[in-house]
Amino acid sequence: MQYKSQAVAKPYFVAALALFVAQILFGLVMGLQYVVGDFLFPAIPFNVARMVHTNALIVWLLMGFMGAAYYLVPEESETELHSPKLAIALFWIFLVAAGLTVVGYLTVPYATLAKMTGNDLLPTMGREFLEQPLLTKVGIVVVALAFLFNISMTILKGRKTAINTVLLIGLWGLAIMFLFSFYNPDNVVKDKFYWWWVVHLWVEGVWELILGSILAFVLIKITGVDREVIEKWLYVIITLTLVTGIIGTGHHYYWIGTPEYWQIWGSIFSALEPIPFFAMTLFAFNMVNRRRREHPNKAATLWALGTGVMSFLGAGVWGFLHTLAPVNFYTHGTQITAAHGHMAFYGAYVMVVLTIISYAMPLMRGRAANSNKAQVVEMWGFWLMTVSIVFITLFLTGAGILQVWLQRISDNPMPFMVAQEQANLFYWMREWTGVAFLVGLVVYLASFFIKGEEKATA
Amino acid sequence: MNDTLVGTVPISATAARHPPGDLAIWVFILAELLAFGVFFAVYAIVRMGHVELFDAMQPNLDRNAGAINTVLLLAASWGVARAVAAIERGRQAISGRWLGFAILCGFGFLVVKAFEYAAKFRAGINLATNDFYMFYLSLTFFHFMHVILGLAILIGVWAKTRAGGYSAADHHGMETGAAYWHMVDLVWIILFPLVYVMR
Repeated sequence: MQYKSQAVAKPYFVAALALFVAQILFGLVMGLQYVVGDFLFPAIPFNVARMVHTNALIVWLLMGFMGAAYYLVPEESETELHSPKLAIALFWIFLVAAGLTVVGYLTVPYATLAKMTGNDLLPTMGREFLEQPLLTKVGIVVVALAFLFNISMTILKGRKTAINTVLLIGLWGLAIMFLFSFYNPDNVVKDKFYWWWVVHLWVEGVWELILGSILAFVLIKITGVDREVIEKWLYVIITLTLVTGIIGTGHHYYWIGTPEYWQIWGSIFSALEPIPFFAMTLFAFNMVNRRRREHPNKAATLWALGTGVMSFLGAGVWGFLHTLAPVNFYTHGTQITAAHGHMAFYGAYVMVVLTIISYAMPLMRGRAANSNKAQVVEMWGFWLMTVSIVFITLFLTGAGILQVWLQRISDNPMPFMVAQEQANLFYWMREWTGVAFLVGLVVYLASFFIKGEEKATA
Repeated sequence: MNDTLVGTVPISATAARHPPGDLAIWVFILAELLAFGVFFAVYAIVRMGHVELFDAMQPNLDRNAGAINTVLLLAASWGVARAVAAIERGRQAISGRWLGFAILCGFGFLVVKAFEYAAKFRAGINLATNDFYMFYLSLTFFHFMHVILGLAILIGVWAKTRAGGYSAADHHGMETGAAYWHMVDLVWIILFPLVYVMR
């Protein structure tokens, strides 16, 4: 660790991993509720479990992004963080706000929570992924602004590189797009239209900038390849991302009441969205092959390569599967979407956060890399979680194909719930694979408690 | 300085193995060509289902404006090619002038296109009018944005040339910009006959 203030990243990473555990536990609860409908009812109904599962994911990834920014910005800018104290204060505010929100979800009915938190003043609740009470949303904006102030000031006084510039654009974009969560028009078409400006333009737009810059940072560190080469690739990737991803929003506008041309625009541009992800895979492997040093942290290298491959498969290939309008006509909102969502989030965002954690945590704990034994355990965690998510995705894809067939294509289409019951076998297999994922996560977390260190060899 | 030695020997030695310009720009160019290629393919598929509509609408397009624009883009590409040839011989001033000529032609394209769009918008045509106009507006506007990006790149290269940033020995950056501009031109050469002329 080159700058003292980089250490503020540590609590962010620890909290992110704790929330990761919560996310998986609630995922297992709702996965079981697919097949045992009244499991934990009425204590934790399906809709609440789902809300906690998705919201915990978003919050822990945001924690991870903030931690990553606090770690890499001082090093890239070659200066201490503008205000480490502010960073720590924001951490506690964000964590407490997230905790209170989850307590709210779990203890009072959602409608009561809405009434308690002033949703009638400015209605923002009730939309998928943006379920947070008004107060939490305002809190997120305040934390994001203060965070951006801290990061921007650091970059302004220090060195400007492609990596910290792209990261900064991504983080600002993240905050600005979130503002559309406050816009909740009565017209349902407009409502959905702008809802995607948060959801899609996050994960298929600005978040990819954050992903690209974190990956580029770690690759420079572990491969020793010239910054110039890595930054050039970063520029190509983010340009391709923005060209395809922004108009690619159209793949959500096929059937919501928007003009028909969105079917053409959305199909063409989103069909090209796998390209930047493929470029990212090539980029990661190319840089590792051209490495000019043998970094002792093999686990971080594995995570970086894994991010390239899994984001291409999950976001790129599984996204392409159902992105063309004529295909999406049948698959819209089925388990195919859930399959894509699981592997894309894991492959792109979970893995990139785990990449930077894998690289930065040993350094923050005062060593170049963890002991060989700890790295082997960490890599077991990598493979268990990654293989599990592949199978979760395959089982959900199976369920989705069956669902599309029974419910939408066959001569005598079945009602939704009847078709769901036919997919029970897939849901059971998904649940067991989910348990395997949890085992992988526990193994991964255990690797943090294995002592010893690896000296830098290069 | 010995122009012949500096200018020709290393270039002919490398040109045999590598495309001119940076590898990254070629990745980008191929991605762009793929995007336009997919767009053209979808145009063809949709046209198959609505041949009469497309044939009825196509004569409404301003072919003269399209033809003038084709000449302008080809002239600009010629200018860019001359500029690269000039810098290979170490002639910075001449190279800069050719780039200036190319940039003027590029702006000419934008002006002609702006008049063309203005006429269409005055006639009340928009993306929702019908499938043909949807493709006409989408394809030409997507290309229009690429002309703007191409011009931004050319202006950057031009400014660097004027500041003496390129030489016979080192003009990698200019070749990179030139490669991108030729892509913009190439796409138009397919787009114009496809949308304006072919029946």
